[in-house]
Amino acid sequence: MAKTIDEINEKIKQGKAVVVTAEEIIDIAREKGAKKAAEEVDVVTTGTFGPMCSSGAYFNIGHAKPKIKLGGGRAYLNDVPAYTGLAAVDLFIGANALPDDDPRNKLYPGEFNYGGGHVIEELVAGKDIRLEATAYGTDCYPRKKLETWINIKDLNEAVLFNIRNAYQNYNVAANTSDKTIYTYMGVLRANLGNINYSTSGQLSPLLNDPYYKTIGIGTRIFLGGGIGFVAWQGTQHNPNVPRTNKGVPRGGAGSLAVIGDLKQMSPRWLVGTSMLGYGCTLTVGIGVPIPILSEEILGYTTVTDAEIFASVTDYSDAYPTMKPETLGEVSYAELKSGRVKLKGKEIPTASLSSYSRAVEIAQTLKKWIKDGKFLLTQPVAPLPGVEAGIKFKPLKERPIE
Amino acid sequence: MAVAKRIVLHFPKRVVDRAIVCRLAKDYDLEFNILKALVTPEEEGLLVLELSGEQGEYDKGIRYLTETGVKIQSLSQDVLRNEERCTHCGACITICPSGAFELDPITRRVAFYNEKCVACGLCIKACPPRAMEVHF
Repeated sequence: MAKTIDEINEKIKQGKAVVVTAEEIIDIAREKGAKKAAEEVDVVTTGTFGPMCSSGAYFNIGHAKPKIKLGGGRAYLNDVPAYTGLAAVDLFIGANALPDDDPRNKLYPGEFNYGGGHVIEELVAGKDIRLEATAYGTDCYPRKKLETWINIKDLNEAVLFNIRNAYQNYNVAANTSDKTIYTYMGVLRANLGNINYSTSGQLSPLLNDPYYKTIGIGTRIFLGGGIGFVAWQGTQHNPNVPRTNKGVPRGGAGSLAVIGDLKQMSPRWLVGTSMLGYGCTLTVGIGVPIPILSEEILGYTTVTDAEIFASVTDYSDAYPTMKPETLGEVSYAELKSGRVKLKGKEIPTASLSSYSRAVEIAQTLKKWIKDGKFLLTQPVAPLPGVEAGIKFKPLKERPIE
Repeated sequence: MAVAKRIVLHFPKRVVDRAIVCRLAKDYDLEFNILKALVTPEEEGLLVLELSGEQGEYDKGIRYLTETGVKIQSLSQDVLRNEERCTHCGACITICPSGAFELDPITRRVAFYNEKCVACGLCIKACPPRAMEVHF
């Protein structure tokens, strides 16, 4: 018996909806069978909490007296540059932004202790942020300099807007060279000394809805501890990849662009993060509810770590040089066991994404829905699927004569 | 009076290949038990010892080590985890040379066993949310 989102929302309002996490549904479906589970369960909640570099925030600071036009000028938040290509008092800060005087990798490996992600975390935490800005001055915006503390509570709007989050599966990283390398996938020791991965696997939003049958533009989600929405497909959204017979991509595929009111969010779920030798980023918490509209959709949510595979990529060679070869394919169940066998070697594994915090997100979202505080949304438009025929293009360099 | 202490020895690159520790037994009649030995990526040697003997000889042995350029640190619990900042991702697990971090297979939370920590400091900067802190 198929259900509709309206019917599920009606049950949520009456406090009668059956909500379970993407981890709990695995055993429920095993015990009851898919048909019965699909009839009984209304919503499956997912969660992920990992470093997501294409994250940022924009806000409107209000007009100073006399007025200043930051657009076309320069602005710094706690010394981290913010983007000023917008109008007079709107600023955007990206998670990877670094202070001009950060030594970067001049002292290799760079520490990257403070950047855009940290500014976002502190802003969300309600801390005062130092804004220093210069402008060229116009007849209507005469002021050329501004130095002030700002606080999230005084901003007109503060919005988290992440253009690529919640990647559907991802590379697993290793290093075959004879020296330690420092990457966005963490510190990778020489000669396959360790293997790092980053996913919540069986709890991950897009791995539980591999063909984007319920998650679409306008889907209401848990974002950074508050409520947000799927705004669009994420950049590099690439559904056309090899998949398992259950439809699970065997590598990076879809992604989400998400948006939400930063003022409702919490520093527990937006954590400024430093990747040694690589840069700064933001660890973001996202949870997406999946309405169990049919047995087919339920089937997707029962995916287990043993059924999700990813390729091990050599970050000392194949990754930077864009070579397609991989070191082999492993399942997340193997990765999560703490050791994998690869090239005849037992290699210890580590995750960059926190599974325990992903569970907490899925449980929090479950509680919100059970308490009738969070209703599901019908997407206003679907995300491009496999049929869209998207080709993920490399840069075609054309030399400038 | 007899003493027994756990200490961490940092050998700078230039003395890594010299026989130093055996002199503690030969010249100062100290007993040592090697708890951990490794060469870090920066090619510094790191040795964790339990060193015991008579107080007078112990002090002379430590002086000898200092004079050779070895940096000595007592194995007091000086690397601590900021529980507020730790996200339990697990990036530290494969970085730690002494296996002081373990992932609980059920809760998927990372346990930090301070008694296994050799205070090498590799986790400090490798921790993405910077939850590991050195306290002196």
